[in-house]
Amino acid sequence: MKKSGDTFWQKLWKQKALVLMSLPFIIYVIIFKYVPLWGWLMAFQNYWPGNSFFNQTWVGLENFRLLLTDPVFFEVLRNTLAMSLIKLLSGMFFSILLALVLNEVRFAKFKKITQTISYLPHFISWVVGANLVMNALSTDGGIVNDVLLNLGIIDSPIMFMGIPKLFWWIVGASHVWKTVGFGAILYLASIVSISPSLYEAAVIDGASRLQRIRYITLPALKPVIIILLIINVGRLMNMGFQQIYLLSNGRVIEYSRIFRIFELDYGLKMMRYSFATTAGIFRSLVSIVLVFSANQIAKMMGEERLI
Amino acid sequence: MLRAKKRGWDDILLDIFVYSFLIALIIVTLYPFLNTLAISLNEGRDSIKGGIYLWPREFTTFNYESLLTDPQIFHAAGVSIARTVLTTVFGTFLTAMLAYVISRKDFVLRKFITFIYVLTMYVQGGLIPTYFLYQRLGLTNNFWVYVLPGLVAAFNLIIVRTYINGLPESLIESAKIDGASEFTIFLKIILPLSKPVLATIAIFTAVYHWSAWWDVFLYNSSNPALSTLQYELMKVLASANSMSGSMQQALSNSAQAAQITPRAIRATMTIIVTVPIAVVYPFLQRYFVHGLTLGGVKE
Repeated sequence: MKKSGDTFWQKLWKQKALVLMSLPFIIYVIIFKYVPLWGWLMAFQNYWPGNSFFNQTWVGLENFRLLLTDPVFFEVLRNTLAMSLIKLLSGMFFSILLALVLNEVRFAKFKKITQTISYLPHFISWVVGANLVMNALSTDGGIVNDVLLNLGIIDSPIMFMGIPKLFWWIVGASHVWKTVGFGAILYLASIVSISPSLYEAAVIDGASRLQRIRYITLPALKPVIIILLIINVGRLMNMGFQQIYLLSNGRVIEYSRIFRIFELDYGLKMMRYSFATTAGIFRSLVSIVLVFSANQIAKMMGEERLI
Repeated sequence: MLRAKKRGWDDILLDIFVYSFLIALIIVTLYPFLNTLAISLNEGRDSIKGGIYLWPREFTTFNYESLLTDPQIFHAAGVSIARTVLTTVFGTFLTAMLAYVISRKDFVLRKFITFIYVLTMYVQGGLIPTYFLYQRLGLTNNFWVYVLPGLVAAFNLIIVRTYINGLPESLIESAKIDGASEFTIFLKIILPLSKPVLATIAIFTAVYHWSAWWDVFLYNSSNPALSTLQYELMKVLASANSMSGSMQQALSNSAQAAQITPRAIRATMTIIVTVPIAVVYPFLQRYFVHGLTLGGVKE
C-alpha cells in the first residue's frame, strides 16, 4: 500500500464514484457557461448566421474601432457608470443607516416587525417594482404629485417619468426603496457580533450613544463595507439592467440607455450580432479591470481581500 | 445602574430620529402596495378620476374575477408555478449533490470543479452567443429554457459547500467503514443534515424564478402558451408606458364589458403576483438571514 505514491489517474480511478457524480455537472457547466465564451470570436468577425462559423469574414479589431467611435458610446458609458455609482453609494449609505437605526431600537417587537416589512420590496420582481414606481409618480392620482399639489409646491402635476435629467435619480431612489431592508441584514449581523464589553467600557467612560456609534460601531463595520464595495465595483457595468430597462421610455433615452440595453438594441433588434458581442466583451473587460483594481486598492490599504 | 443616568438632549434627539426614520420607512415601503390593492378592488373607470389612496371608493371584485377567469392568465400562472417548483426542487437537490462532492477534501477534481464554477460569476458569454447556443440546443420556444440554464448557480453552490464543510467529517468516515457508497452518504447523511442551508437556497431560487420574465421575453415571446405571470404583467406595463391617454381609453372601451381598464389590470395583476410571496416570506426569515450571512461574510 503506497498511498501517497498514487498517480493522478490511480486516484481518479479510486474515486470513480465521486467522479461519476460530478461528471454531469462538468459537462453541464461547459455547455451552458463556457460554450458561449467561444462565441466571443464573433467580435472579430462580421458574423452572419446564414454562414457556418468557419465561413465568416474575419475583420480583426474593426468592431472594437466601430464601438469606440460610435456616436452614443460615451453617452452609454456615462449612463452605465453614473447610475451604478448612484445606486451603489446611496444603497450602501441607506442600508448602513438603517442597520444603525435598527440597532438603537429598544422594543424588540417593533424592531422585528419593521425588519420584516423592510424585506418585502426585495422579494418582488422589478416588473412589480417598476409598476409601483410609475403608479406613485403618475400624473393622474400618483401619490407624489398629489402630495406636492396639496402642499402647494406645484400648481399642476409633473410628468416625472418624462424628464430626462430626473431619470438617474428615479432609478437611484427606487433602488434604495427596493434594497435598503435586505441590504441592512449584513451590516446588522456585523453589528451584533461586536463585543458588548466595548460598549460597556465606553459607557463607563461617559460616552454618549452617538459617540458609541461614531467610535465603536462604525469602525467595526469598515471591513464589511470594504468587502461589499469590492464585490460591487466589479458589478458596476452590470448593475440592475432589468430595473432600468423597465423604467425607461423613449423620452429619457439619452439618460437611460446603458450597455446592456445598447447590446440588446444593436444585437437582437438591428441584428448587428458581432457589434453587440463586441460591446459585451468590452463590458466584461471593464468589469475584470474594475474588480482587480478594487482588490488591489484594498490590499494596499491592508484590508481583507476578495480574491 | 448605568442606565439610570439622566438622559441628555442628544439622547432624546437620537430617539426621535430613530423612530421617525423607521415609521417613514414603513409608510414608504407599504403605501405603494396598499394603494395598488385599493385600486385593484375599485371599479376600473372610477379609478381614472384619481383620489384613491388606501381604501377603494366603489368596491368591486370584478377585476379579480375577470383576470382569474382569463384563460391566458390562468395558463401563465400554471407555467409560472411549474417552472418555480421544478427548478427549486431539482436545482436545490443537484446543487447539494455537487456541493457535497466538492466539499470532499481528498477528491482530486475538487479544485478544478470549484474553479470552473466560480469563474462563471465573473466571465459570461453575453447576450448574443448565449442566444445562438440556446437556439442550437433547441431551447428557444421551449419550456425547458426556464429550467436547464439556471439549475446549478455558482453562488448557491458556494453557500452550500461552506455549510457542508462545517459538518463533522467523522460522519462520512464511519459511514464509509459501514460500506456505504458515496451516493448513499450524500442521500442519507449529508442531505438531511443540510436542510437549513438548502432551505435558504430554495428560497433564493424560488423567488428568482417566480420573478423571472427576461428569459420569457428573449427566448419564448412568440409562443403565448409559454408565457408567465410576470411576463404578462410586463406586457401590460410596457403598453401602458408607450400609450397615450386616449389610446388607453380606447383600449379600455373595447376591453370586455368596458369595465376593466389597463390601470385596473395592472393593479390587479400586481397584487396577484405579489400575494404568494408576501404571504410566505415572513415565515422564512431565519433561513434567508442565515444564508446571506453565510454566503457574504464567510466566503
